[in-house]
Amino acid sequence: MFEFLLRMGDNTLVLGHRVSEWCGHAPVLEEDIALANISLDLIGQTRLWLGLAGEVEGQGRDADALAFRRDVWDFRNLLICERPNRDFGHTLMRQFLFDLWHFERLSDLSLSVDDRIAGIAAKCVKEADYHLERSKDLIVRLGDGTVESHSKMQTALTALWPYIGEMFTDDALDAKMADAGIAPLPSSQHVRFHKALNETLAAATLMRPTNDFAQMGGRSGTHTEDLGHMLATMQFLQRAYPDARW
Amino acid sequence: MVTEAQIWAWLAEVPDPEIPALSLVDLGIIRSVEAGETVVVKVTPTYSGCPATSVINLDIETKLRENGVENLRLETQIAPPWTTDWIKPEAHEKLRVYGIAPPIAGQPACPRCRSANTTLISPFGSTPCKSHYKCADCLEPFDAFKCI
Repeated sequence: MFEFLLRMGDNTLVLGHRVSEWCGHAPVLEEDIALANISLDLIGQTRLWLGLAGEVEGQGRDADALAFRRDVWDFRNLLICERPNRDFGHTLMRQFLFDLWHFERLSDLSLSVDDRIAGIAAKCVKEADYHLERSKDLIVRLGDGTVESHSKMQTALTALWPYIGEMFTDDALDAKMADAGIAPLPSSQHVRFHKALNETLAAATLMRPTNDFAQMGGRSGTHTEDLGHMLATMQFLQRAYPDARW
Repeated sequence: MVTEAQIWAWLAEVPDPEIPALSLVDLGIIRSVEAGETVVVKVTPTYSGCPATSVINLDIETKLRENGVENLRLETQIAPPWTTDWIKPEAHEKLRVYGIAPPIAGQPACPRCRSANTTLISPFGSTPCKSHYKCADCLEPFDAFKCI
C-alpha cells in the first residue's frame, strides 16, 4: 500500500515541480498563471497522497519528509512526469498525455474499497477534469494551428510517445492492489485511454506514431538522469539545512 | 461551557484570507463543530493546492483562542469533496459586490454591469478557484468562481 501511494504522490510531485519551473517564463501571462495554478493543484494532491503514505508506513515520516528526504531511486513516478519542459509545446503535450491518464486513473480510484484512497481520488478527479479540459483544448488549437505550431506539437508527441506504455504495464504490486479491490490494473485503462487519445489527435490533425517501444522503470525506481537534476534543485534547502523553518 | 452555536458565530466572523468578502462559514468549508472538553472543528480544503489552507487553520485557531477556547483540535476532512454548491446562497451577492462572479452553471454575468455578454479569457484566474473573463459591454476584465 505504501508503495502504491508513493506511485500516486510521486507522479503529482514530480510533474508539479516540473510545471512550476515555468513560473515567470511562460509565453503569455494567462498561460503563466494557468501553469502555476495547475502546479499548485498537483502539489496539493501530493500532500494528500504522500500524507497518507506516511501514515500507512507508520515511521513518523510526513509528506514533507517523503518529498525532500528521499533520493532518486526511492521515487516511484512514471518517467513521463520527469521529462524536461523543453519548449511550451513539449510541456503541453506531456501535460495532455498525463491528464488523460490521470483523469481515468482517479475516476477508477474513487471507487476503491479503501475509503481513504477513494476520498482523495474523488477530491483530485475534479481538478484533473478541468486540467484535461484545458490541455485537450490547447492540443487541438496548436496541433490544428499554424504550420509552426503543428510541427512543434508533432515533434513533442513523437518525443513523448515512448513514455505512454509505462502507464499501462502491470507488475506484481498492481496485481496485489487489484486483488484487494484497492486499485484496478493499469492495463484496464489502456483501451479507454487510446480511444480518447485518437479522438483528440484526429481533431488536432496530429499523426499517431506507430512505434510501440516503451521506456520503463520509473514505477520501480529506475529513472532518467533528469530526475536527479530536478531533485538537486527541489531538495536543496532541506538537504543543506535539514529541518529549516521560517 | 461554550456552545456549538457560539463557535459557529465566531467562525462566521473569520474572513477567507484570499476573498475577505466571505467568511469561512459562507464558503461552506467548516464541515462540523463539536463543543466539549476539547473543541473539534472539521475543515475541508477548497482546492487541494489552495495556499490559503494553512492560513485558514491558523485564523480559526487564533479566533477561538482569543475567545478563550483552550483545548482545540482542527481536523481536515476531505470526503465528501468540497463543492461550490456549499457556498451559501446569500454569499453569492457578497461575491458580486466584491467584483467576483459567483459560481453558477453556464456563462457568468459581469459582476459590474450585469451584462451576460462575456467571454472566457483563461480557465485559470488569480487564484486556483477562479477563471478569468472579460465583459464585452463594459469592457472590464473580471474573475468568476469556477464551479466544481
